[in-house]
Amino acid sequence: MNLEVMIDSIPRLLDGALVTIQLVALALAIGIVLAVPFAVMRVSRRWWLSGPVYGYVFFFRGTPLLVQIFLVYYGLSQFEAVRQGLLWPLLREPYWCAIIAFSLNTAAYTTEIIRGGILGVPHGEIEAARALGMSKFLLYRRIVLPGAFRLALPAYGNEIIFMLKGSALASTITLLDLTGVARTIIARTYMPIELFAMAGIIYLILTFFIVQAIRAAEHRLSPQTRPPPS
Amino acid sequence: MIDLQGFGAQLAAGTLMTVEIALAALALGLLLGLGGAAAKLSRFRALRLIGGLYTTLVRGVPELLVVLIVFFGASLAVQGVARWFGYDGYVEVSPFVAGVIALGLAFGAYATEVFRGAFQAVPPGQIEAAMAVGMSRRLTFLRIRLPQVWRFALPGLGNLFLVLLKDTALVSVIGLDELMRKSTIAVSYTKEPFTFYLAAAFIYLAMTAVSMIGLHYLERRSSRGVRRAAP
Repeated sequence: MNLEVMIDSIPRLLDGALVTIQLVALALAIGIVLAVPFAVMRVSRRWWLSGPVYGYVFFFRGTPLLVQIFLVYYGLSQFEAVRQGLLWPLLREPYWCAIIAFSLNTAAYTTEIIRGGILGVPHGEIEAARALGMSKFLLYRRIVLPGAFRLALPAYGNEIIFMLKGSALASTITLLDLTGVARTIIARTYMPIELFAMAGIIYLILTFFIVQAIRAAEHRLSPQTRPPPS
Repeated sequence: MIDLQGFGAQLAAGTLMTVEIALAALALGLLLGLGGAAAKLSRFRALRLIGGLYTTLVRGVPELLVVLIVFFGASLAVQGVARWFGYDGYVEVSPFVAGVIALGLAFGAYATEVFRGAFQAVPPGQIEAAMAVGMSRRLTFLRIRLPQVWRFALPGLGNLFLVLLKDTALVSVIGLDELMRKSTIAVSYTKEPFTFYLAAAFIYLAMTAVSMIGLHYLERRSSRGVRRAAP
């Protein structure tokens, strides 16, 4: 072990960690915006609403994230129409390809998580809201979704950690995220163990902070489980 | 239908390799998971500490990083041993072995938690009953605990296997000729990335679907004789 190399690499690895955090945060934000309507469609009784979402979720949960990234980054350029299209300046960049692939991937998992939450909302609450004459939209906004988020939070915390770990795959399409920076430095110094270990430590620290944040959020969103203030 | 331009046999060979590495990693991971659960439930503090360290470290680091660390780490270790015996060249462990170890380690870390939960889910009354009829610890383990641990752990392990199946794609990064790398090779000849990565995606989907059917059958078999409330 060469400690000097490990310590010298920290500033550049932290630059990479910043890219990793950006990727994960943006993908999670887009993912949840997509996942909420998808989850509502998924629990619908109308087959033409739930069917397509089921197919989408099955595809993205049943294939490796690596395949999805390659399909977006390498795959889409196979079509002339894409290369002439409006979105080409975005789809040419590995950064936006990673964002697209990660967002679609996490949206699929999040859809299932929120669906589980929606199904877990007690029947009585929904019946009570209907009895009060709430419209379907108001019912979802005030009763179903807040309850679903609370129930889904522990599982969503796991999804955030999986996304953080999955984001290492961005390095396979030349992005300089945490893993990407480590691999670039290794190509010059050939000290794989030192650098991967250092990168691993930074990932562990990030995971630790995510776990703490989730715990705090769970505490905040579940006042009914806390002991009354004395 | 997708035109594979004669690369079908290559993709089939890659699929076979993917299945092989998944099953080998599964075997290693189940052993590590049982060992890890035993360590975490142990009476000895040192063993509990090792178990905790193992699951925390491996679950907090990306699987890709685990694959790379095992591959380069094992290569350097073997190289060091070779140098000791007077061989000074460059040595590299087989990507298959490195891949199985890395994916097995990752599976084992999650399986540890699944097995731990399953062991704790066996009702204590049953253990007491077994003691009361005079069963030895070993017999209690074999007749009461293990059959039920299997039933409690199966859904969790099934999910982990589906994750493992997809994680095999990561081993393409260290150059194992599995489905993902075979697809990349086909892409470099045909210049049709979408076609071949989509074909790979559907093969992974098919493998996932077959595994899900198998798991469903296993789950039904493992819980035969369990009484359920009327539907």
